[in-house]
Amino acid sequence: MTVPVSYYLILSAIVFLTGVVGVLIRRNIIAILLSVELMLNATNINFVAFSDHLQDLGGQVFVFFALTVAAAEVAVGLAIIIALHRSKSTINVEEFNLLKW
Amino acid sequence: MAHVFFGYFAGMIAITSILVVALRNPVYSALSLLVMFFHVAGLYVTLHAEFLAAVQVIVYAGAILVLYLFVVMLLNVKRDDRYHSQWRIAAFVCIPLSIEFLVLLSGNMEAANHQPVSLLVEPHAADNTLAIGQTLFSTYLFPFEVASLILLVAMIGAIVLAKRDIGENETKDMTRAPGAQ
Repeated sequence: MTVPVSYYLILSAIVFLTGVVGVLIRRNIIAILLSVELMLNATNINFVAFSDHLQDLGGQVFVFFALTVAAAEVAVGLAIIIALHRSKSTINVEEFNLLKW
Repeated sequence: MAHVFFGYFAGMIAITSILVVALRNPVYSALSLLVMFFHVAGLYVTLHAEFLAAVQVIVYAGAILVLYLFVVMLLNVKRDDRYHSQWRIAAFVCIPLSIEFLVLLSGNMEAANHQPVSLLVEPHAADNTLAIGQTLFSTYLFPFEVASLILLVAMIGAIVLAKRDIGENETKDMTRAPGAQ
């Protein structure tokens, strides 16, 4: 009756891989941050699935913390994007090559 | 019944997460991410995590996505016409990951399906929020305080980063102030 936990692992692996691909191939820096959100959500699905499977609330508490970190990451990341857009008037990552070797 | 719900939520999550990466327009990407967040919240409800489902909708869909859409529209981003030129590196990273994923998939997944081992707190108690609160404020009290510190640091950092040239504005205001009077 209950869904096996391996199904949740497969789902979160698919979402995580999508996020990795998005971070690597997108040129728009906002789309890259959206892909990071995908990866965070994939880990959250895993946490909640195992929390339900092992009957332990620690997983749900960790999702709570991951959510806090995601909110902080979004605030700082978008502030950096605004600052970058102000100095270069583009948000294409190929234009930001100051730290490239 | 549980399988039907899982199938619907999992299918929608997979499709919308692929759309987030595949759509060229950032606004459409953000909107499909919104749909994905709602379905993840639904998945949390089927996993008896009602509090997290509510928090997922309120924080992710309500706060984070609005922030994204706000910045997308503030910067007036046009759609990018092509993907990144380093797609070879992306393929180099992603093909081994996909192969690993397939190997794990074809392997013995039964190892993950052990019986539950510990019964520390009863998650199926009548009140999921009550149980999470009791765990959060007893076992995880110190990480909770650290999380508040992270939020404070992020708030200050965001203000400092997005503010327009703090030093310049202050000196400009000081020089302008006597002339205005």
